Amino acid sequence: MNTSTMKKLGLSAFVILTFVAYSLTQRQDSKNTAVVAPTTTTQGTSPSSSSTPSSGTTYKDGSYTGTAADAYYGYIQVKAIISGGKLTDVIFLQYPNDRENSVSINQQAMPYLKQEAIQAQSAHVNTISGASDTSQAFVQSLTSALNQAA
Amino acid sequence: MKQTRDIMGMPVTVEINDAHAKPAAFQAVFDYFSRVDQRYSTYKPSSEISQINAGLPRAKWSQEMKQIMKLCQQTKHDTNGYFDIEHNGQLDPSGLVKGWAIQNAADLLADKGYKHYYVDVAGDVQVSRSNTGNKPWRIGIRNPLNRDEIIKVLNVRSQGVATSGTAIRGNHIYNPLSRAEPAKELISLTVIGPDIYNADRFATAAFAMGTRGIHFLEKLKGYEAYAIDPAGIATMTTGFESYVTS
Repeated sequence: MNTSTMKKLGLSAFVILTFVAYSLTQRQDSKNTAVVAPTTTTQGTSPSSSSTPSSGTTYKDGSYTGTAADAYYGYIQVKAIISGGKLTDVIFLQYPNDRENSVSINQQAMPYLKQEAIQAQSAHVNTISGASDTSQAFVQSLTSALNQAA
Repeated sequence: MKQTRDIMGMPVTVEINDAHAKPAAFQAVFDYFSRVDQRYSTYKPSSEISQINAGLPRAKWSQEMKQIMKLCQQTKHDTNGYFDIEHNGQLDPSGLVKGWAIQNAADLLADKGYKHYYVDVAGDVQVSRSNTGNKPWRIGIRNPLNRDEIIKVLNVRSQGVATSGTAIRGNHIYNPLSRAEPAKELISLTVIGPDIYNADRFATAAFAMGTRGIHFLEKLKGYEAYAIDPAGIATMTTGFESYVTS
């Protein structure tokens, strides 16, 4: 697994954990409201070990849909419900676990693929496949990827 | 019989191993690529794509161009947005047209009754059936760090092999996660697919994904791939070695 991926996964996990922890603390503050969050995301983190936001924070009532965040093998998108100025509900609109291939990724961070150091060969071939990408389309497609990753 | 011609600044090689291969068959393939270049080259102001980028209304586009645009849309969808021909309002479908045209050229030879041949445009290859003596066609993978070397030999029959990368003309590839720095993730990605059209479009998109690309291809049924990083370390999909000559 490369560092950028680890960072991304780490960041996703951090965002979720913070969100869930925050949700749970909010629940302790207002006991008559329900918090919906997948248990898989808590990963044993107890709310008491997380920092709590200042008790003075208030929000405008309503429901707010967040942007879909790329969590590598799937997207995470949540809807936050604010009631009485407090976060009372977090609904997961998208979560990687709802995809079959994401389940295996979550269980095993990345599929194992064989690696080797490249080595020159002397052999007869009919023709050779090698890099020759010069098309603007390639640069454009990469630029589009940059914009998405930004 | 084997012939090579330089078209669109790229070497086009056709080898036909059927008996009585006619020179006209080779010429037909070369002519076809010239026509493709006339229509899709963004470097030619007279090309249809240049006219489109200069404002030609959609109603005046050729049917073929509309079809190509549809295929580009489909590919963008198939690659989670990594394949995109639009930038700053300009369209350049050449990343898809190349593989598509190689496929059409190969089909053109099939229509003429040929069975054993390959069409190679600058290292992207469609092979048909087998070489002499029912042996598979042998395609070498070029070392991106030393282009005089071959690092793998693939045995293929009736498939497409495409390589995306930076070796020949030294493009600057940028890291999707850091705009300021050139990418250090992959320098070459070879894809074996059911045909060159698909192998090429997925190679282009997966290359743009960096090290994630090989995992994208691992999940794609019917494709095998070999990705090389700047340190000369290769990562391969699980079925890749079944194509490698021992």
